[in-house]
Amino acid sequence: MRFVFKTSYDADIQLFKHRAQAVWYGLLLLLVLATPLYFAAIGDAYLLGEITGVLILAIAGMGLMLLTGHTGLPSLGHATFMALGCYLNINFLGAGVPWLIAFPLSGLIAGALGTMIALPVLRLHGVYLALATLAMSMLTSDFVVMAEPWTGGIAGAAVPDINIFGVEVNRYSTPYKFYYLVLFVAILLVWFYRNLLRTPTGRSFTAVRDSEISARAMGINLTRTKAMSFFLSATAAGLAGALFGHSAGYVTNETFDLVMSITLLLMIVIGGLGFIHGAFFGAIVVGIIPVAIANGRSFLATTFDVNINVPGLESALFAFILICFILFEPMGLYGRWLKIRTYFELFPFYRKDMFKRQKSYLKTDRVQ
Amino acid sequence: MDFLQLIISGLANGCVYGLIALGFVLIYKATEAVNFAQGDFMMLGAFVCIGFTNHEYMGLDFWVAVPLSILVMGVFGYLFNWGILRHMFGQSQTSIVILTIAMGFIIRFFAGFFWSHEPTSLETPFAGQDIRSGGLVLGIDEVMIVVVTAILTLLFYLFFSRSRIGLAMQAASQNQLAAYYMGIPVKRIHSLVWGLSGMVAAVAGILFASKGAIDPSTGLLGIKAFAAAAIGGFGSLPGALLGGLIIGLVEPLASRYGPPGVSQIAPYAILLLILIFRPGGIFSQTQRKKV
Amino acid sequence: MSLLEIENITLRFGGLVAVDNVSLTVNEGEVFALVGPNGAGKSTIFNLISRFYDPAEGRIRFDGNDLLARTADQVPSFGIARTFQNIELFEQATVLQNLLVGRHRHRKTGMLSNIIFSPKAYSEELRHRAAVEEVIEFLNLQPYRDKYIGGLPYGVRKVVELGRALASEPKLLLLDEPASGLSVEETQDMAFWIEDIQTQMGVSVMMVEHDMGLVSAVSNRVMALSDGKELATGTAAEVQSHPAVIEAYLGTSEISKTGTSRT
Repeated sequence: MRFVFKTSYDADIQLFKHRAQAVWYGLLLLLVLATPLYFAAIGDAYLLGEITGVLILAIAGMGLMLLTGHTGLPSLGHATFMALGCYLNINFLGAGVPWLIAFPLSGLIAGALGTMIALPVLRLHGVYLALATLAMSMLTSDFVVMAEPWTGGIAGAAVPDINIFGVEVNRYSTPYKFYYLVLFVAILLVWFYRNLLRTPTGRSFTAVRDSEISARAMGINLTRTKAMSFFLSATAAGLAGALFGHSAGYVTNETFDLVMSITLLLMIVIGGLGFIHGAFFGAIVVGIIPVAIANGRSFLATTFDVNINVPGLESALFAFILICFILFEPMGLYGRWLKIRTYFELFPFYRKDMFKRQKSYLKTDRVQ
Repeated sequence: MDFLQLIISGLANGCVYGLIALGFVLIYKATEAVNFAQGDFMMLGAFVCIGFTNHEYMGLDFWVAVPLSILVMGVFGYLFNWGILRHMFGQSQTSIVILTIAMGFIIRFFAGFFWSHEPTSLETPFAGQDIRSGGLVLGIDEVMIVVVTAILTLLFYLFFSRSRIGLAMQAASQNQLAAYYMGIPVKRIHSLVWGLSGMVAAVAGILFASKGAIDPSTGLLGIKAFAAAAIGGFGSLPGALLGGLIIGLVEPLASRYGPPGVSQIAPYAILLLILIFRPGGIFSQTQRKKV
Repeated sequence: MSLLEIENITLRFGGLVAVDNVSLTVNEGEVFALVGPNGAGKSTIFNLISRFYDPAEGRIRFDGNDLLARTADQVPSFGIARTFQNIELFEQATVLQNLLVGRHRHRKTGMLSNIIFSPKAYSEELRHRAAVEEVIEFLNLQPYRDKYIGGLPYGVRKVVELGRALASEPKLLLLDEPASGLSVEETQDMAFWIEDIQTQMGVSVMMVEHDMGLVSAVSNRVMALSDGKELATGTAAEVQSHPAVIEAYLGTSEISKTGTSRT
C-alpha cells in the first residue's frame, strides 16, 4: 500500500500522482514508440496498420468521451463529424493547402459546424440530443451523396497522401511514419484532455454532468459549457475522421454510417465512461473483436466444418457485450482494472462495496 | 383521384409510424426511459407473425397467428423490462439509451438469423383485394390499417381512463415515488407498460408487413416514429398518432411534388427542425416537467 | 448597510401563491433566518434570489445590482453562494473537485489556455487550490479530501456543500436547512461554523432552518413566514413569542396545522 504525502499544491495538479506512476507511463510510452521496430524486424507491417487504426478510433473515442463521459451528453452521430473532418481534409488537400494546415483546420471546422447543428438542441434534455444526433447520423449518407462535387457521392473519393515539408506519409508505403504521426496526434490530444480535466473548464463539464442545478448555482452557464464540450468533442472526431480517411485511402457515402457512430459509443461504454483510459481500452476491444470473430469463424470452419456466415453477427456481438457491461460493469474495463488494482493495494482490506454508487429514485431535473 | 390514393396510402403508412410512436411515448411517459429499439420491436412483431402464418414456416391460420404474436410480443416487452431494464434502476438515462440501441442491434441480428434478410410479406387472407368505388381503388390492407389504428386508439383511451391498471399506470407516470407510497407496484407497472408497448409494436408490425415487405433493417424506421413522437411533444398519445399521420403524409407528397431524394430526408429533417424550433412539439403542452 | 433588498416580491404557481408580497433586507455582516412551517415559501425565496424562478412582481437588489435583470448563472458572480435543501453535490467527483467547482466564478483563464495549460492557467490553479485548502482546513474536511461524494455519509455531504459555497468567497451565503438530518453534535459544529463565517470571514448569512435552537443561537434577525406571507420579523425571541407565529405553528384555529412543523 502506498501513501502519498502531499506537501504542495502541485501534488494535486501534476499529471502523475507519484513517481512510480510516472515511471509506468514512461515505460508505456517507450513501448509504443518501439513497437514499429518489432514490425520492421519481422518485415510485416500489417498488424501495425491495425494498431494505427485502433489509435485513430481512440482519438474519436476521446472526443465522444469528453461529451458523453465527462459532460453527460449522449451523441449517436459522431461518425457524422468524422465524415465532416474527413471530407474537409480531402477538399483542403485537393485545393493545395498543406497538410499541416488542412488537418487541424478540418477538425476545427467540423467542430464549429457540429456545434452550430447541436446548439439549439443543447438547451434541452439529453434525450433530445440523442434523437437529433441519431437523425443526423441517418442523414449523413444522403448528404454525402447530395454533395457529390465535394465528396464523390456514391462512387467515393480517394484521399490524397500526407505531405509534411516534403516528407510523404502513406498508410501502405510508409506505415511506420503514419503510425508515428497518428501516435503523436493521440498523445497530444491526451495531454490536452488531461489539462482540461485539471483546470476550471473541465471541472465545469463534470459539474454539468452531475448536477445542472448546482452547476448553475455555482455560476456555470449551461448552454455555453455544453457547447464548448460539444465543440471540442466534434473537433476531436473531425481530426479522427481526417486520419481515418488517410488510413482507409478511399471513402464513400457508406463509410461513416450509423454503425460507426454506435461503435464509438460502445467503445467508450466498454472502456469506462468518464476515464480517458476508457477511450483507449474501448478502442482496443473494438479493434480485437472483428479479428477474434474472423479467427473463431475459420476455426469452426476448419475443425468442425461449420460455416457461420451470418450478416450482422459482429454488431450483434458488440451489442451483447455492451449490454453485459452496462448491466454488470457500468464503470467499464478501466473501472474493472481500478477495482483489481485497489484490491491488491489494500489487500486484505478491500471491501466489495468500495466502488458502489448509491441508487436513487429517478432524478429528474427539478428545482427543490 | 390519384391524389386521394396518395393520401390514403400516406395515411396508412402514417398509422404504422403513429403506432410505433405510441409505444415509444407510452414507455417514455410511464418510465422516463426512451426505447430506441421500438422500431425493432415492431419489426420483430411482424416477423413473429410471419413465422406463425406464412406457409414456409408454421402455416397457422391468420386469425390465430395475430393474437398469438401480439401476446408473444407483449411477453417479450414485459420480460425485457423485467430481465434487463429493471436492473438499470438509478443509472443515467444515457445508459438506458445506449442499452436500448444495443438491444435493437441484437433483435435485428436474430430476426435476420431466423427469418433471413430477404424482404418478406405477411400472407394475409385479404392480400391483393381492393375496394373500388367510383374510380377510386383502395387496397383493403390500407383501409384495414386505418380502421385498426382507429379501434386501437379507442381501446387505449378506454384502458387509460377506465381500467384500474390504466389508472395506476397514469399515476405511476406522473409521480413514481407518490404512486409507490400509494401502494402501486411501480416496478411491475413499468413491466406491464413495456408489455403493452410490445403489443402495440406487434400490431404495428403486422399491419406493416401485411401492406408490404419487411426485412430486419426495417426496424430503423423507428427513427421516423421518433419524429412523429417529437411532433406530438413526447408526452401525448394522441399527439404521437397525429405526428405519425403527418410524417406518413409528408413522405409521398414530397416524393411526388418535391425534388428527388427529398422524400427520404423529409422525416429526419422534420425531426431536426422540430427539435430546434419547437422542442415541446407542435402541440406543445408543458415545456418544463416536474418543477 | 443593507446587502440584499427584496421588495414586495410575489410568485404564483398557477393558482397557488407561493410567495405573497414579501419584503426583507439582509444587512452586511448579519445572520438572517427564515422560519415557518413547510410550504411557507422559505426555499422558494431562495430560489427566487438564485433566479431559478421568475417572480410575478417585486424587485430583488443585491449590493446595488438588480438581480432580476440577471440569469441564474450570473447570480454567483456578485458574491452569492448557496446550499440546497436536499444536497446537490457533484456525486461522481471528489470532495476536492467539488470545492474547486465552487471557485468557478473566480476563474480568469479561458478554454484555450486551459487546454494547453498555460503558465497563467497554472498559477491560477495554484491560487484556487490554496483557497480551497483553507476551506478544507476550516471545515475539518481533510479526511475526506480525495473521497468521492457517492460514498460519503449524509452529515459530511452537508459540510461539503457548505464548503463548496464558501470556496466561492461569497458576500452572502444562502443556507437551505443547514442542520436538517444532522446529529446533535453535527448541528453544534454547524452553529460554530456559521458564527465563524459571520464574525471571522465577515460573510452575511441568510438561512432557512427548522431547528429553533440553531436559529436562536446564531441569527441576528428572524423572519417567520406562513403560506407565503410574512408573519413577523425581529429577534428570535420576539418572533417566537409573536401571537401570529404561535398561531401558525400551533394552530389555534385549525388543528391540522400542528403536524406541519418540526422543531
